[in-house]
Amino acid sequence: MNTALQGAAQTASKKPSQVYFFATCVIDMFSPQSGLDAVDLIERAGIKVLFPLKQSCCGQPAYTTGFSSDARLVAAAQLDLFPAPWPVVVPSGSCGGMLRHHWPKLFADDPVRLEKARDIAARTVEFSEFMVNTLGLDLSGASAQPVTVAVHTSCTARREMDNHHHVRRLLKQMPGVEVVVQEHESECCGFGGTFSVKHPEISSAMARDKVDAITATGCDALISADCGCLLNLNGNLEKRADILRGEHVATFIRNRLDHSSGSPNRLETSK
Amino acid sequence: MSVTEHIVRPEDFKLRSRESVADPKLRGNFRGAMDFLIDKRAAQFPDNATFTLLRKVGETTRKHALSRLPDLLDQLEINLQRLGVNVHYAENSADANRIFLEIAKKHHADMMIKGKSMVSEEIELNQAMATEGIECIESDMGEYILQIDGDRPSHIIMPAIHKTKQDIAKLFSEKIPGATYTEDVDELISMGRSVLRDKFRDARIGVSGVNFMIAETGTIALVENEGNGRMCTTIPDVHIAITGIEKVVEKLEHVVPLYALLTRSATGQAVSTYFNLITGPRRVGEKDGPREMHLILLDNGRTQAYREEKFRATLQCIRCGACMNHCPVYTRVGGHSYGTAYPGPIGSIISPHLLGLSGTRDLPTASSLCGACGEVCPVGIPIPEILMRLREAARNNSDGADQALRGQASARKMLEALTWKAWRILYSNSFLYRPFVFIATRLRWLTPTNQAGWTTSRTPLRPAPRAMRELLAQRNKQREKN
Ligand code: SF4
Repeated sequence: MNTALQGAAQTASKKPSQVYFFATCVIDMFSPQSGLDAVDLIERAGIKVLFPLKQSCCGQPAYTTGFSSDARLVAAAQLDLFPAPWPVVVPSGSCGGMLRHHWPKLFADDPVRLEKARDIAARTVEFSEFMVNTLGLDLSGASAQPVTVAVHTSCTARREMDNHHHVRRLLKQMPGVEVVVQEHESECCGFGGTFSVKHPEISSAMARDKVDAITATGCDALISADCGCLLNLNGNLEKRADILRGEHVATFIRNRLDHSSGSPNRLETSK
Repeated sequence: MSVTEHIVRPEDFKLRSRESVADPKLRGNFRGAMDFLIDKRAAQFPDNATFTLLRKVGETTRKHALSRLPDLLDQLEINLQRLGVNVHYAENSADANRIFLEIAKKHHADMMIKGKSMVSEEIELNQAMATEGIECIESDMGEYILQIDGDRPSHIIMPAIHKTKQDIAKLFSEKIPGATYTEDVDELISMGRSVLRDKFRDARIGVSGVNFMIAETGTIALVENEGNGRMCTTIPDVHIAITGIEKVVEKLEHVVPLYALLTRSATGQAVSTYFNLITGPRRVGEKDGPREMHLILLDNGRTQAYREEKFRATLQCIRCGACMNHCPVYTRVGGHSYGTAYPGPIGSIISPHLLGLSGTRDLPTASSLCGACGEVCPVGIPIPEILMRLREAARNNSDGADQALRGQASARKMLEALTWKAWRILYSNSFLYRPFVFIATRLRWLTPTNQAGWTTSRTPLRPAPRAMRELLAQRNKQREKN
């Protein structure tokens, strides 16, 4: 934890010339645009992004289900992919938390891997945190088209990574963006990995309540920094034939920047 | 008075929780009640820094006590005996009930008056005594309401929280002789109290729980709001206190931060209305207090939690209920769904030790691991982490370094284990994973439309047409060309 914080503090102090991008299996296969948008924003700050092709998954799904030994092997397959001392940017608080806090635990009794895991943990940084602390992109020239935005923060971002302020801070830097707060804002969306399959009715009840609260705000856009939550929320929105779709914060920012002239079409595509 | 059978079992959690989430009245009641408790607690901890500091003190205090548990119990026992208190160790519920019965028989008691005690729920004291013809009367108003309705607690602090004022008004008008229907809360309470007054006078034995035990002085601390706890422990001739072995601390001063955390976390009170410190039975020359006093120290699986480092923090709990108030799962399924004395997050981490993992195996999985419980726990129990370790223990044989838990590996299913094994092979070999992603995105239209639990309330999960790795490579190629 301490080393991780120090790592985060270090990345805050100077802009690296290059970073690793750990896309997460969810983004790679289910939400590729979010990853591309995050990469694009990092590159705009003049930083090179390296996507190690051998990456797959942080191991969290098995880890949280009670299959640590399987998780350990998957995590171990990632350990050699980030050899240079660059930050490892993860566009998800949940997977970022796995790298930062749980990888070192997974390899507690394997000194060689533990050292690598600790090193990566100290360099792991969640995307919105990286945007705020390190990139320093000027967002003031983004589209000024008025838009009301509801933010859903993943529980890991909020409670494990302590980076739930970052998305809001980014949104504040952009003109025309009004953040609305849904009822029970800090409550979980009900995803919880395999929880959603093992206890589908409870998970669904949570997801339904969350989506009810979000749509009740009448927001134009729904933003999150976690694609796991977004799969859950968007699946629910789509099933109830709502036109709102949540999007990754990187996608939202990139679109606002690219339409800085304030194209009136912007709102539709942001949905 | 009706006696509730053990109608709900933790084995039925999935079934019961399914029914509960489909019940809008129940969900509405719990949501409203939990929001109320959340706000009251929040008002007591206006800034996070103060809470974090106080919690650290609470955590350290409990950890320190647990690290010396065997010694503190010895010290406690010596001091209690010096005061003339009879100390009994009970290994399990049956043991504890047998001790109650022996004391009751000795005093020819056919009735006991009881203050609120979750441990007495844990051992199902009322039911056990009823089969011996002994009536246990609940004197905590919430518990009393449940008892006359043949119902069970759904929350460890607010046992009747699932009942509305109207439910109670109706119940009293039906069950209390001479009562008329009223929704006036004060009137309802005074109705219940007047019935209980007589019982306090008639009871030979008073039963209470314990919040803290102080090893150095042999003192029992009892936190309550209604005064019934004080009556139970002072009016009857005999006082039997029952609690778990983990509740001991070394010194009185260690109780101070824990008490401050308990009342604030539980009900949002800076102090409770009553705080009883009981040090032995009536002494020569004293005008009140029980003439005989017993303390029953219950193990019932607690030493199993104590034994393994990764589960020991479970015993730090001071039973404030904050974890359930903040739990999105508990809020939706209510306390009864769990089928255990302790529902919610604390129940899901302690019940596997009390009852064994095989019957309780669906409890640790009933969490999205959102961490709200761990965030508010006043003694810093890493509840999500412990839930994960229990999931692990339910699905894997112990690795030799640890002793097996009761019911270890009882939730292991071949198919689940094989699925994760296949996942592991695929995801840890990039020469398999990369073609897998390629094919899965190409064949996305073949993904099943019915995806078990996922599609209960969501559209099917379907891979994107192209993976990020491909799109990124395409983009980079394009750039090189330009
Ligand atoms: S686990 Fe923590 S929050 Fe839950 S009842 Fe115990 S002390 Fe309170």
